[in-house]
Amino acid sequence: MSKQRAAVIGTGQTKHTTKRLDVSMAGLCREAIDRALADAGVDWPDIDAVVLGKAPDLFEGVMMPELALADALGAPGKPLLRVHTAGSVGGSTANVAASLVQAGVHRRVLAVAFEKQSESNAMWALSIAPPFTMPVGAGAGGYFAPHVRSYIRRSGAPDHIGALVAVKDRRNGARNPYAHLHQPDITVDSVLSSTMLWDPIRYDETCPSSDGAAALVLADEAAADAARQPVAWLRATAMRTEPTTFAGRDQVNPQAGRDAAAALWTSAGIRDPLAEVDVAEIYVPFSWFEPMWLENLGFTEQGNGWRITESGDTELGGRLPVNPSGGVLSSNPIGASGLLRFAEAASQVMGRAGDCQVDGARTALGHAYGGGSQYFAMWVTSATKEW
Amino acid sequence: MTAGPAPLQAPLDIGFDYTRSLGPVLGRFMAGLAARRIHGVRGSDGRVLVPPVEYDPSTAAPLTELVEVANEGTVVSWTWVSEPLADQPLARPFAWALIRLDGADTPMLHAVDAGPEDRVSTGMRVRARWAPEPAGRITDIECFEAIDKPGGSPAPGEIGEPVTMMTAPVQLRYTHTVSPEESHYLRGLAEGRLLGGRCPRCGKVYIPPRGACPTDGVPTVGEVELPDHGVITTFCIVNVPFLGQRITPPYVAAYVLLDGADIPFLHLVLGCRAEQVRMGMRVRAVWQPREQWGTTLHNIDHFEPTGEADAPFESYARHL
Repeated sequence: MSKQRAAVIGTGQTKHTTKRLDVSMAGLCREAIDRALADAGVDWPDIDAVVLGKAPDLFEGVMMPELALADALGAPGKPLLRVHTAGSVGGSTANVAASLVQAGVHRRVLAVAFEKQSESNAMWALSIAPPFTMPVGAGAGGYFAPHVRSYIRRSGAPDHIGALVAVKDRRNGARNPYAHLHQPDITVDSVLSSTMLWDPIRYDETCPSSDGAAALVLADEAAADAARQPVAWLRATAMRTEPTTFAGRDQVNPQAGRDAAAALWTSAGIRDPLAEVDVAEIYVPFSWFEPMWLENLGFTEQGNGWRITESGDTELGGRLPVNPSGGVLSSNPIGASGLLRFAEAASQVMGRAGDCQVDGARTALGHAYGGGSQYFAMWVTSATKEW
Repeated sequence: MTAGPAPLQAPLDIGFDYTRSLGPVLGRFMAGLAARRIHGVRGSDGRVLVPPVEYDPSTAAPLTELVEVANEGTVVSWTWVSEPLADQPLARPFAWALIRLDGADTPMLHAVDAGPEDRVSTGMRVRARWAPEPAGRITDIECFEAIDKPGGSPAPGEIGEPVTMMTAPVQLRYTHTVSPEESHYLRGLAEGRLLGGRCPRCGKVYIPPRGACPTDGVPTVGEVELPDHGVITTFCIVNVPFLGQRITPPYVAAYVLLDGADIPFLHLVLGCRAEQVRMGMRVRAVWQPREQWGTTLHNIDHFEPTGEADAPFESYARHL
């Protein structure tokens, strides 16, 4: 199966914040889109198709927002697709958009994702108990906290690893003008003394609730070659899914994530990810997911992810900087959070990551997961067309 | 699953008052309504689009020039609603009509309070009927009515600051129906029994039983009665209060793996301090008084420690 080459030629995002009361959902999306088009050096007539990503409709209470947003997305007269894979949707959106180019169907595709969390209450939306069950659910944190506890027990990781990740990502976020949270003075002690929300997850180890949007422009080889600025070539993409519950399911190290990563590295021709990947944007909404996903992604063997974190290798300047943008822990417009990881992975190899730039980044990972760790989407970007 | 009693059902009603930031264009449109004025927006091709949109439908360009149009116009097309639904603009029969207001190039959809159906026609002239006290909401236009109806509109007022936010209450009313397999399990609970089912392919015991084993895709079969005790595989302590919460925090939400089951379910753990709960802790069900039992897992009020030695990690490690 041979694919056409594809590249990201432009990215854009909003300044993420708690409440963007000055814009509608359409206006929020357009801020990100207009920046992506400008970064790509293209205009609306150059866009052949639009792919929109958005977390569950209950989050804003708008059924099929892709219909109401069609004008703002510049979609009239063009194909418009909606992608829907819960929290991973931004990553899936990028991969679907990429596939439209790789398949030779379209020359340039606009990928957009957003969330306006201030218009809703995601905690409420994620905690609705169906009849006949026990109403013990408590949002995403309540869902993932038991599995974080399992990871800590299984790996023997010391208690402060989650705090190390939170400090790193928030300090990184302080360098990112688009990040929601700017906390340059955060410390391990301040994280450890923050309120325990869903034991073992603390307040400072939890992502914020953000309004924000992200967009990127995917292009085929000819359009990418014609771009005025460096582009991010797609080296590989992968997506995998698994059911929410089944007997023997590994919620700490899900099979779908392992399978997606294995397919990704094989497709990219990467044998030793830790040595060959320069920077990773990994979906870490709760700090402990950094070591968990480092293992799931195959950067290290099972049980050793926390050692990479503890050694400082995931900091800016380390062996594998993880989330130099500040990650989901610094900005979480849910539907857009995955696309932000993919866009940041592109910006790094384009050399346009500003103060979050990893020196000499040539190979970058973008990663997202969603649902109850059911959906996994990832891609590898490259500064060069050949690798 | 053989044919048995009908699957169980229960209402699931959820609702939330969503908010909508309106942005500059719709915010000024709403401010106009508060002054009994209707605005469109001028599109890239010069047409006046009513109600206004933020981005041009053909060029995607941002649109900013609001144009006031008349409060009256012409019915372009219509359909009759003989039995209005709750929350529609009128409680008596009415017409949904596409109305092109004078000065507009596009029609807008609204209700026409016309009296009997034979009074509605394409080409009919109508005017807006305003709410007694317009407040910058879309419902400030109650409906449209025939222009020859006596009365007329109150004079428009001065336009104030753009409206920044509106509230959009959403109510969803479902009938939640569970599978035949889960119904069987729930009817067992009503008798104080915990009934699972076994996948004929992989041999795993599921509680509740499944219409399709997630791994093999075939229904679980048989009736595997499980004891009301088992082990906590993992858990969290919920300290955070939130909208819609039905158990007062702090509480322990734990995955309980009944002895003989191959999948845990979430339940509440009481009977010890939250910080004493451990992975591997042996627990048993504390049932509600029998007269309160129904077809629900609520029959088990909570699980409490049995006081037995903890289960070894290896015994439940594959269930994490």
